[in-house]
Amino acid sequence: MALFSYPRSMATAITHYCPGCTHGVAHRLVAEVIDELGIAERTVGVAPVGCSVLIYNYFNVDFQEAPHGRAPALATGAKRARPDLVVFTYQGDGDLASIGTNEIIHAHNRGEKFTTIFVNNAIYGMTGGQMAPTTMPGQVTSTSPMGRDVAQAGYPMRVCEMLATLRTPGYVVRCSLHTPQLVIQTKRAIRRAFDLQLENRCHTFVELLSTCPTNWGMTPAKALDWLHENMLPYYPLGVFKDPDQADGQAPVIPQPDPRCSHAH
Amino acid sequence: MAKVLMKGNEAIGEAAIRAGCRNYFCYPITPQTEVAEYLARRMPEAGGNFVQAESELAASNMVFGAAATGEMAFTTSSSPGISLMSETISYIAAAQLPAVFVNIVRGGPGLGGILPGQSDYFQATKGGGHGDYRLLVLAPASVQEAVELTMLAFRLAEKYRNPVMILGDGMIGQMMEPVEFKDLPPNEGLPDKNTWATCGAKDRPKNIVKSLFLDPLLLEKNNHELAAKYALWHELEIRCETYNCEGDPKLMVVAYGTTARICSTAIDDLKQEGLEIGLVRPISLYPFPSRKVAELARRIGKVLTVEMSMGQMVEDVRAAVGHDIQVDFFGRAGGIVPSPDEVAEQIRKRL
Repeated sequence: MALFSYPRSMATAITHYCPGCTHGVAHRLVAEVIDELGIAERTVGVAPVGCSVLIYNYFNVDFQEAPHGRAPALATGAKRARPDLVVFTYQGDGDLASIGTNEIIHAHNRGEKFTTIFVNNAIYGMTGGQMAPTTMPGQVTSTSPMGRDVAQAGYPMRVCEMLATLRTPGYVVRCSLHTPQLVIQTKRAIRRAFDLQLENRCHTFVELLSTCPTNWGMTPAKALDWLHENMLPYYPLGVFKDPDQADGQAPVIPQPDPRCSHAH
Repeated sequence: MAKVLMKGNEAIGEAAIRAGCRNYFCYPITPQTEVAEYLARRMPEAGGNFVQAESELAASNMVFGAAATGEMAFTTSSSPGISLMSETISYIAAAQLPAVFVNIVRGGPGLGGILPGQSDYFQATKGGGHGDYRLLVLAPASVQEAVELTMLAFRLAEKYRNPVMILGDGMIGQMMEPVEFKDLPPNEGLPDKNTWATCGAKDRPKNIVKSLFLDPLLLEKNNHELAAKYALWHELEIRCETYNCEGDPKLMVVAYGTTARICSTAIDDLKQEGLEIGLVRPISLYPFPSRKVAELARRIGKVLTVEMSMGQMVEDVRAAVGHDIQVDFFGRAGGIVPSPDEVAEQIRKRL
């Protein structure tokens, strides 16, 4: 008996991801949730532009490939046209927090009944390590060779916090993939997102703090530490919005670590 | 069904519903906004989806997502909005999905104006977006024809799994005329949606709707597949009308849409003076009725193309006719609609 095997909704393909990249873990968690809910036959994924553009090769569910940043608009069209389908977008931080900011804000604000998996690794991966809206202050990338200068490029964008300001009910949560315990928590959050979609409740948004060892220029293990030390204080984990909050009740919004020098 | 008096934009919205489309995504822009206003009430009444998107980018991508599930979807806009949608149109054409785009053209370039124009001919027929793709482009000359071509557009989009564009203008969108909605039979013998649409991989392998081909040989294969489809249109989908071309006209006018109607009035007026003038009205702007235009140009000898632009379709007329026959051009731009008298004067000057 196989104790550990591929989820059924995951294809047994070899991925193109770099060693130590957390996309593989994120893919697997989504696939496990799809399996547990038994929804593979009615699930449609929407692929982004970025490292995970080829995600459709790694899943055994129908997939649409969106223009850069437009995945939430495609998902809106697909879910409205076929509400019986389970629709999710899988987007990186360049795709979602830069070119597609408008689409994600408005899809969330309309309460579109699909799920967004947002992979935040603080850098553009596919194009080779350029500064993203989520890049940390002082972080060196190929387009911020002296480190991100917040006087020129502003501070990293916190998408969960931004979406939490919108009145429309939704599920907004930030998780991280850098420890086994957090991976298990992440899966619970993804499960809740899909559950809420199946209940036709609201837009559900799961941010995953992730690593990019290749473009960060670190070993995979060092990258996990770097995430913990640099991203975690600025991007606090937790639930920013939940549809079960009573109307008018202010959510208990996770706060950045006050000791973090980047958090002002 | 009896005729009803309707504004062009509203009639286009109703035509989409009569064609069976239940997914409309839009963004307001003059002079097409009445389509959105009409469907905001009518689409929910018909059990369909109406979504006012945050931008033309989003509206066109909602069409993309809906079309990818195998459902009929469309959007309407006007010139600057179509520029924004052109990215998506390229993707939809590459991914071979059915979708309908309506452009109620206004004068450009840039923000231009809000009055009628025909200055998006190049954009509609030569690309607009990036890459080797084509649209079927249909140009109505009346509200009735706008209804018929809109309904036809959905059938053609499904048949060829390709975006179809209705190229109207501010005049077609804004004027009121009596219209009749006649049923259009559904397409027959199309492949099962399960062979291509992302509607759930039940009892079949997954379907992927995509336009990325990293292997150059596979991308070129897709280019050839698309080209073969477009070649077929030149055999099956050329549409045009002629007016007063029998007999021995002294000059042939080529015009489409609203301008063609104005030209036909000018031709009637000139007939009163004893002058016989012919008119060719391309209805499909792509594929362009080159053969018909060339054949008549050879017989009649003199050609004048009239457009509400600085001269766009005239390039296709010249390409069709060749260099041995002179093709003249007269156009008004800026949102100005030429009068029949103005056109008649231009014709007289050339006789």
